[in-house]
Amino acid sequence: MSYLEYNAKYVPTGFRKLIYLNWPVILLITAVACFGFLMLYSVAGGSMNPWMEPQVKRFGLGMALMLVVAMVPIWFWRNVAGVAFGLSLLLLLAVEFFGAVGMGAQRWIDLGFMRLQPSELTKITLVMFLAAYYDWLPPNKTSRPFWVLLPVLFILIPTYMVLRQPDLGTAILLLLGGSTVMFLAGVHWAYFATVIAAGVGGIVAVFESRGTTWQLLKDYQFRRIDTFIDPANDPLGAGYHITQAKIALGSGGLTGRGFMQGTQSRLNFLPEKHTDFIFTTLAEEFGFVGAAALLTLYILIIVFCVVSAITNRDRFASLLTLGVATTFFLFFAVNMAMVTGLAPVVGVPLPLVSYGGSAMLVLLVAFGLVQSAHVHKPR
Amino acid sequence: MKKPQRDSGESARRLSRRAMLLGTVQLGIVGVLGWRMQSMQVEQADQFRLLAEENRINIRLIPPARGLIFDRNGLPLAENEQNYRVVMVREDAGDVEETLQRLTQLVDIPQDTLDRAVEEMNRRSPFVPVTIADRLKWEDVAKININAPALPGITAEVGLSRHYALGEDIAHVVGYVGPVSDYDLSRIDDQDPLLQIPKFQIGKTGVENKLEHSLRGAAGTKRIEVNALGRVMRELDRQEGTPGKDIQLTLDARLQAYAQARMDGESAGAVVIDLEDGDLRAIASAPAFNPNLFVRGISVKDWTDLNENIYRPLAAKAAQGTYPPGSTFKMVTALAALEEGVISPEETVYCPGHTDVADIRFHCWKRAGHGNINFHESLKQSCDCYYYEICQRVGIDKIAEMARKLGLGAKHDLPISAVASGLAPDKAWKREVRGEDWRIGDTVNASIGQGYVLTSPLQLAIMTARIATGRIVTPRLVKSIDGIEEPTGLGESLGLNENILRRMRQSMNDVSNHRRGTAYRSRIIADGMRMAGKTGTSQVRRITAEERARGVTRNADLPWERRDHALFVSFAPVENPRFAVAVVVEHGGGGSTAAAPIARDIMLQALYDGDPPLEAYPSADRDRIAEQQERINARLASVKQAQDRA
Repeated sequence: MSYLEYNAKYVPTGFRKLIYLNWPVILLITAVACFGFLMLYSVAGGSMNPWMEPQVKRFGLGMALMLVVAMVPIWFWRNVAGVAFGLSLLLLLAVEFFGAVGMGAQRWIDLGFMRLQPSELTKITLVMFLAAYYDWLPPNKTSRPFWVLLPVLFILIPTYMVLRQPDLGTAILLLLGGSTVMFLAGVHWAYFATVIAAGVGGIVAVFESRGTTWQLLKDYQFRRIDTFIDPANDPLGAGYHITQAKIALGSGGLTGRGFMQGTQSRLNFLPEKHTDFIFTTLAEEFGFVGAAALLTLYILIIVFCVVSAITNRDRFASLLTLGVATTFFLFFAVNMAMVTGLAPVVGVPLPLVSYGGSAMLVLLVAFGLVQSAHVHKPR
Repeated sequence: MKKPQRDSGESARRLSRRAMLLGTVQLGIVGVLGWRMQSMQVEQADQFRLLAEENRINIRLIPPARGLIFDRNGLPLAENEQNYRVVMVREDAGDVEETLQRLTQLVDIPQDTLDRAVEEMNRRSPFVPVTIADRLKWEDVAKININAPALPGITAEVGLSRHYALGEDIAHVVGYVGPVSDYDLSRIDDQDPLLQIPKFQIGKTGVENKLEHSLRGAAGTKRIEVNALGRVMRELDRQEGTPGKDIQLTLDARLQAYAQARMDGESAGAVVIDLEDGDLRAIASAPAFNPNLFVRGISVKDWTDLNENIYRPLAAKAAQGTYPPGSTFKMVTALAALEEGVISPEETVYCPGHTDVADIRFHCWKRAGHGNINFHESLKQSCDCYYYEICQRVGIDKIAEMARKLGLGAKHDLPISAVASGLAPDKAWKREVRGEDWRIGDTVNASIGQGYVLTSPLQLAIMTARIATGRIVTPRLVKSIDGIEEPTGLGESLGLNENILRRMRQSMNDVSNHRRGTAYRSRIIADGMRMAGKTGTSQVRRITAEERARGVTRNADLPWERRDHALFVSFAPVENPRFAVAVVVEHGGGGSTAAAPIARDIMLQALYDGDPPLEAYPSADRDRIAEQQERINARLASVKQAQDRA
């Protein structure tokens, strides 16, 4: 599709694009990232290294990438969505064969200058691709079984590959993120209701079968599920992390122990204190006030994205913006539920705060897409 | 070419609706997260704060310094010695083997100690300090400190450990400390957290054990911050404990050491009691053991040696050992009879060399007999028949009563392990314990301190003290605790007829000072220092009729464990008694030859406060005494050192 098809005359060009950027989102992202820098400085015992400095550099790089992506017209991104998704799948496949093993899971490819996690990339390209798919599909076909089955396959293929790595957190994010785009695109309620009902029924059946003659899983598998659901059963193993995380979080109190005063992380009681569990340090040092502040920043990012999406008359742009926002939401919601003990530990980082290259770069590129959609809105 | 897909109409409205719905659901989930945080961080914050503190803070006990034990003159009997040890932190050491190699070049450490330390280091976290060697000399510590740069991870530390400078001389009284054992913990009902400290030392025997609560003190605490691995990050605060209370005993360390040295080579016990206040000046038991061996953890070989020695070095014979008192019991029988008036002091009894009672023949030690003999002569010459006669007149119950009045057959409350109660038998006792009726022969045996009668040297000293003063002298071992004086042991009058007591003392005086007294050869000849006493020789075997017909086998011809016990009790000076001394020499033979000289020598030491002139001894003995004095003085070197330090 061409530039002209898009009412291009109403779209800002050149440096005027900068004015039309979604500035509140940029400021909120920077604020969240600053929270992250502070915490990485704190968990390193008051030092720029080993975590804060690389994180700042990556954030700088990420912001630059975001602006570049934002400047490129949104229809270009729509046109390359299929290629991007295909490339992600190829990379996932490559991880399967050439991937390095880190933390017990096969996740990244060493490109020399950086470690690429195709699963992170896939979170965005899947959303992009599904948005483009529904943009292409006439709305009246949206709920036809064949046209529903197709995107389901698009979602399940990368989900399965990620699950094999194994990376449960990313798999859940892909599944939920993709489903959300389908839901937004207008797929009929009944499909979701059926899938949810079947899922719940299956889970109930598995648990009901326990101890009966038609038991569906082996005993050790049940025990593994038990520990997964309630880590307190295994206080020195899987439960240790979550128990210590809850202690850190709870002991922060209303106003926290003060910056750099968190004893739980400083004395190494906290696991993964700079990555998945960084929120507990924040909650310990800045208390409920700090935790609620971060949560508010996150909500505001979502709100601005939703507003931008609703006011955008372009279907691809709306779906992409909402898809990215939802993926972002899933990131922090799953992470927070995990560290507060509401959800099992599945290994999802806190977006823009946790230490980690791929996730941050990919998220910032995704927000670049959101910005591009915002800037190139037909006005 | 496809028309631009303008999102309009129904599909656009649906998208907006669903976006709003999704946003609402997301807000709801955020609400749940916020509520969860609020409940954890605001409502349950205190609970989690407590858990975090428990995680982070360990409370360590600081053991208090144990109270010291001094003798009456302030000489230290039990001290806390600085104990230097080398500790090593594995993670700081780098190459453990090489560092240890260098250490052993400087300090001599046995290989097995090293092996044990290495094993412990490998077992524990790398930052835990492990003791490599204990009880180093100061020179070794200096060497380690000088070479510190070549010994990474190794430091010399100082701690306190118990030391008994006088060692063997006070072992039985003061006792010793040792690491608290599971057995100790099961036996004592004590919630003191100090006992949970590994290798914490508590009193195991003697004063150390009996006065543990005064000596131990109270633990201090320090709160330290630890990380998840248990590594100590810093000390948060510290509250010093209360050191144990110092205890001063009534013992005179020099006299005690003298008594121990004087009894060297014998299996014996001796007690010196001060008649003015009941203070126990010496409670000596020979042979003794070195209590310091137990503090360090006694080796199997040393332990076996101590246990297999037939002289039983571990037994505190002076207070724990009970022996038939033999003729030293005659004072009790006589006092009972004279008090009851069943015989007057002047009345004589005929001694043909034996007495037949209920078809049994009881012999006097003098086969030819003493002829007609009164109380005074009977005691002086220790005639047995006299007592066979008077005991039947007064009866065993009166004798037992008198024995108890004089401190026999009763346990004296002293902070020493296993103080013996001895036995002053009477009819009720025999019926109750043996289930038999008392027979007259039992009375006759008891009258001369044989049969069922059992006494400890301590009890004999108390008996003598009571006869010498006419008062209820109770022994006192602890002079003061933490500077607070304990009540003295000078009690009420015994309520005995003073006239009779005076005659008794006179007779005891003649035992030592009259030419025909049994202890004449062990008398004190210095004016104003003369000693009164009574010998005792108690059989530990039955002499059969055949043997008696053949002639009783001499002690020297018997194996050691079948020889008679030798006893002597005494007080001095006769005119104004200040000390009572009781000596029992196990299987020593005759009281006059084996026990009396020891008692006399100890008494002189007490009377002259450690410096008796040779003139106080009988002239015939002086050469031998001078030689003996020199030998013993050499052995008192440790006391001299202690005096110099004090």
